[in-house]
Amino acid sequence: MGEFKVHRVRFFGYMPSGIRCMSFNERAERLALGRLDGTLEIFNFKDSFYQEKVIPGNDSRSVEAVCWVAERLFTAGLNGEITEYDLENLCPKYSLDAFGGPIWTVACNAQGTHLAVGCEDGSIKLFEILPEKIRFERNLDRQKGRVLSLSWHESGTRIAAGMLDMIRIFDVQSGHATHRMLVDRGVSGMRNHECVVWCVAFLSDLTVISTDSSGKVQVWNAAMGILSSTHLVSKSDVLSLAVSKDESSFVVGTSEGTVVQFQFLANILGGDEKAWVRTKTFKPHTHDVRALAEIGTAVVSGGLDTQLVVRPLLDKVDIMSYDNVLHKIHFPHRSLVSCAQKAGMLLFQFPAQLEVWRLGESEGRGEFCLGTREKWIPFQGEDHISCSAISPCGGWLAYSTVSSLRVYRLQCDEHVSISKVPKLPKVLRSAHQLSFSDDSSKLFAASTHSMVHVISLSQSECKHLHTFKPKSGSTEPVHLLAASKDGKWLAAANRGCEIHIYNLHKLKPHCTVPIYGSCPTAMGIHPTSNNLLMVHADRQIFEYSIVEKQYTDWSRRVQREGLHKLWLERDTPVTHVTFNPRNAAQFMLHDTYMFCIIDQSLPLPDNKCQFYNQITLKSLSEQERLSHAHAFKMCTKYQHLLFLGLLDDESLVVVQRPLTDIASQLPAPVRLKKFAT
Amino acid sequence: MAALFEGFTLCGVVSGSARAEAALLGVEAEREEDRVVVTDCGRSVTVYKVSDQKPLGSWHVRQGQSLTCPAVWSSRSGEYVAVTDSRVIRIWKDDDTTFEKTFKATVCADVARIHAAADSEPVVLFARGAVRMLDALLEAPQQPIEEVLSEEEVIRSVCRCAQCFYSCKEDCYLYLQRFNPNSLHKYKLETGESRARPLSLCATVRNQSIKLLCLYSSGCLYQSVLSMRGTIQDGVQLLPRTLLLRLPVEDGHLSSASVVSLDEGNLAMVGVPHPSASAGKEFLCIWNTNFQTLQAAKELTGRIYGQLWSYSGRLYVPHGKALTVIPYECERSSLATALGRLQQDRSDGEQLVTTVVSWNTLLHEDTIQHQKGARGVETRQSVRHRGNNVPLAPMLRKFTVVSFTAVPSLLLLLIIRYIFLSCVTRDVEMILSGTADPELQLVVGRLASQLVSRCQSDSAFYPHHTLAQLVHTRCVCHSLCPNLLMLALEKKDYSLAQLCLQHFPDIPEAVTCACLKAFLDDLQTENLEPDSVSFMEGMVAVCKRDGALENGFSPVLLEEDSCDVNAPTTRAKGKADWLVLDMPCPVGVKKAALLNEILQTAHTDSFLLPHLKDLTAQQVVLFLQYLQFLYLKYYQDISAQAPGLRSPTVTQIMDWVCSTLDAHFTVLVMLPEARDLLFQLHKFVRSQVRLICELGKIQGSLQDLHKLKQTEDADLYSIEVIELF
Repeated sequence: MGEFKVHRVRFFGYMPSGIRCMSFNERAERLALGRLDGTLEIFNFKDSFYQEKVIPGNDSRSVEAVCWVAERLFTAGLNGEITEYDLENLCPKYSLDAFGGPIWTVACNAQGTHLAVGCEDGSIKLFEILPEKIRFERNLDRQKGRVLSLSWHESGTRIAAGMLDMIRIFDVQSGHATHRMLVDRGVSGMRNHECVVWCVAFLSDLTVISTDSSGKVQVWNAAMGILSSTHLVSKSDVLSLAVSKDESSFVVGTSEGTVVQFQFLANILGGDEKAWVRTKTFKPHTHDVRALAEIGTAVVSGGLDTQLVVRPLLDKVDIMSYDNVLHKIHFPHRSLVSCAQKAGMLLFQFPAQLEVWRLGESEGRGEFCLGTREKWIPFQGEDHISCSAISPCGGWLAYSTVSSLRVYRLQCDEHVSISKVPKLPKVLRSAHQLSFSDDSSKLFAASTHSMVHVISLSQSECKHLHTFKPKSGSTEPVHLLAASKDGKWLAAANRGCEIHIYNLHKLKPHCTVPIYGSCPTAMGIHPTSNNLLMVHADRQIFEYSIVEKQYTDWSRRVQREGLHKLWLERDTPVTHVTFNPRNAAQFMLHDTYMFCIIDQSLPLPDNKCQFYNQITLKSLSEQERLSHAHAFKMCTKYQHLLFLGLLDDESLVVVQRPLTDIASQLPAPVRLKKFAT
Repeated sequence: MAALFEGFTLCGVVSGSARAEAALLGVEAEREEDRVVVTDCGRSVTVYKVSDQKPLGSWHVRQGQSLTCPAVWSSRSGEYVAVTDSRVIRIWKDDDTTFEKTFKATVCADVARIHAAADSEPVVLFARGAVRMLDALLEAPQQPIEEVLSEEEVIRSVCRCAQCFYSCKEDCYLYLQRFNPNSLHKYKLETGESRARPLSLCATVRNQSIKLLCLYSSGCLYQSVLSMRGTIQDGVQLLPRTLLLRLPVEDGHLSSASVVSLDEGNLAMVGVPHPSASAGKEFLCIWNTNFQTLQAAKELTGRIYGQLWSYSGRLYVPHGKALTVIPYECERSSLATALGRLQQDRSDGEQLVTTVVSWNTLLHEDTIQHQKGARGVETRQSVRHRGNNVPLAPMLRKFTVVSFTAVPSLLLLLIIRYIFLSCVTRDVEMILSGTADPELQLVVGRLASQLVSRCQSDSAFYPHHTLAQLVHTRCVCHSLCPNLLMLALEKKDYSLAQLCLQHFPDIPEAVTCACLKAFLDDLQTENLEPDSVSFMEGMVAVCKRDGALENGFSPVLLEEDSCDVNAPTTRAKGKADWLVLDMPCPVGVKKAALLNEILQTAHTDSFLLPHLKDLTAQQVVLFLQYLQFLYLKYYQDISAQAPGLRSPTVTQIMDWVCSTLDAHFTVLVMLPEARDLLFQLHKFVRSQVRLICELGKIQGSLQDLHKLKQTEDADLYSIEVIELF
């Protein structure tokens, strides 16, 4: 099919942040994940574990605990504040200081009426949840020592609190502690260290489960205030705990990276007397397992090694399917890289800085030359960058945080000079997604309420041209923008799975693509035919003719014949679409572990034929290749892909971030498995 | 591996006449493993508890009557069954005291045998071949009995699961009686050209087939396998047979012998001469048919009756005036155990044999006398003489009698004696060229051991070339011919010793040490294997050159035949340099070549150590000097380890240094002349250890380089071209 010159880039030092906490919303099947840098991520477990929303972090805000209350999301952190988030605008809605020092934990009662937070000063504060805000109600009796973990009884009348060396049971009505259960400090060498009760869980039968820093998992009878059983699971801390919804099992995570499952099983088969029994041990992580959730058929775990692992519990799985296999999520499901195709420049987005790199030029094949890091742009303010873009000509650069949006002018000579564009239009306060038009004359900024602002850029000034609003009135944030090469069309996809197409010439909405049940993860407009190509989180591919306002024949063919099983089972979403200028029938997709060129002129692979057939094709002669070729030309040579783009000189840019590089930057693990130990 | 244990006498045998064919009528199993029913030729049946050697019960027939077939125990009914006076079947129980009161039934034909299988009704075999179940017969004792056999046919042998008998005149037939459905098969037994008679039959049933062993009077043991479910064909078929064993038989004729199959691979025989025992002695032998080796043998005194029974791990053999019980054990045999044991037996056999014929006196006797006189040797050397097959020239036969038995499947070759070495050489060449591969090993092994024993008995006799030729065939190993290497040492035939060291994979450490001792002590040079010598010459040459160049000291290359040297003492006294590498070779090249062979032999340190202690202090010092020389050479010049040439590896050298030091450390420490040597060795080793440390560091750093090479992802940025199809 052809040769491609590939710029293989591994100098993007992207370092994901460790996972601190998580909370699973059963009703919406969404997982909220708090990272150490304060970023909140929301994964939609209904939609192929797609990372639906990302709320960028803030230097001053830490997320120590996260809690869903119905559809509302609260976090509390060591800055002492409780924060509720606006999930449509992806920013904090409000923060409330609890005045108890750093907050270690937050818990909501089963009725969804009150939040309890555990503070450094030993107080447990109750907040009443009101429709638009929360209100401090009262303190429970203050104790000595910080409160590290909290758990409500389902009746809402009692709270278990894990503290240093002890667990207390509080009566919510009176605010008094009813029981004080002392936790053993463990082995003799640890006697001088306090035993930290990292997690507690209050079960409906008045059982309290605790995990602590001496490696114990203990089961208490909270009615009597006595210890029922102790399980030593680790030599170091047991940091996290999650109980299944039916309270028949729980999992704990240790700082050695293991996850241990306990189940409430009958002592004798079919007997009535049950006990908590340690059943399974996994080692999904190399470092601390800081966050755990048990979601029916799987255990979700996250920790300092930054990956999110969804491990199926095979005893609870009836049918093996894509949803019940092990998933590991390493990279964000959005692009942190943008590429100036004409100038051969790359923009890398870090939480608190941007890097612009110019790709090297090579005369012959295989000649190595280093790309140069032209500029790194630190910025003032505590908010982290939510999106960024560089114009195709390399002359403009824009980024946005939740509070501000900046546009810079880049002058590329021998050295790159950068100047901030002053006096931006007032409408540009923040953006969820930024994009430049192909001729770099316009900036598109997706703003609140699914609005898209069109800004014209010129040397002299930046002018607000128009704001597109979706007809549907959706307020979901826009996460994908695609402009056509001829500058006539703009497509905007929001998290509500809607894709709106606007006519830039007439400045009017053109049409809406029929809504598909899965969120689009990548889209692009074909440079010549102006067909919109969309790839969804479930890896379905659609092609929509903007002019004819209908799906194209090829798209219908894909839907009719179905995609190959192996394609549908791929683990990571497609995050970028580009078109091959050499061949109008070809476009390129990539996910984390492959890129592929799809040739619309070739037959689609059916489930019987070999899907990854590049090696086979290589061994065949030209004539035979034709009979064996199918539309998907998969290339798995480049792993851990963060970006794949096409420069104007038709060379490919591949940005990789090997996992080993990430692992090498992690702190040393508590315990390394050595052979025969 | 099979073994015969110490036997004991169960009871005496009262044979009526001296020439009686059988000592006993039979020994049959009883209900328990430990009990047997012995029927003697006269009038009594006795039940013995074998381990106690005690009779439990005895029954006698009245005067005038006689037992005509061995009493059996019927496990079905719990009764004993016997036949008196050929036609009266008697059945009795334990608590019956005399025959008189017991049940008896008279049948109308002579009974040959009563046959009691373990879990079935006893079967009555009539003398004329008819077969009846006992209970069917007893229902109507006077029923007419048909005649199966013709007039001249006589039942000679009956096996447990088959009725086998053969006619007396010309041919032998095997009859196979099957039950359910009743059928009788007749097979013709081949007798071959030699008109050998079948002597003993033994049948075992395994895997739905009957394995029939048939011992012929020619000493051949044939195996026939008959399918239990074969198609029933009418008429006489030729019994298919394969030769299992060809045993040496004195006159080509066995008179009475018996064979019993012990397990799949082992069988016991009585009446067949021991291959290396003298005439007139009778042995009970256990042979392995898989490897055709003698596993165990026990001499039996007195006359052999050719009777042998085997029940539950014990062999019952009547000989002389007693019935002896010999427990045996058959382990699963492997090639190694079979071979190893064979050696042991051979040496045992030699102890038995004392007859040595004086060759010189025989020279002047005529052939016939000499043959007579040589009888003892002949027997001992398991000779079989078949005149029609001797292929040697008459001239030779005057002095030597070489006898071949050219049997199609197996050629056995025996040398009786040679007088001229040249004849030996020529004959051996002839034999070697004429023997097919599979038989070569056997032939060569026998030849070698015969020659060696001949050499040992006759000091003037030493066919060096022939022995070397045999070793060169690579068919001889130490365990096959344990005395060869020691003989070579004794005769100071070091080139043969070198050959043996090169070719034998299994030299014991004791012998290795003996060789080492002999090599260190003296050396009469002979033609050694040229490669090894040239290797040493090359090494010494290097040494000479280096020495001359580096230190201005040119070591005198020692004369080849001078045995040892104390050259290093002159050297390097008070020299400051810690590394002196110009050590001259302390031994001559040929001795060095031999020592190299020693170094390359396989050994185990712990077994070697006690034998190494036998070396004298002088020998140890010399040996250590040589080892140090080699070590230094190897260190200096890696190319010293020339590819293709047989040369010891550094590891082997180090192993020997360690072992030698280990064995003689105290002696060496005390010995003033060893002091220098030890100091130098220590210095050098210390420097090597330092070097190793440094090498370890380098290796550590370079290891990472290796790792880097593996991952191509190391570059942060590259431009490359990929091709998609």
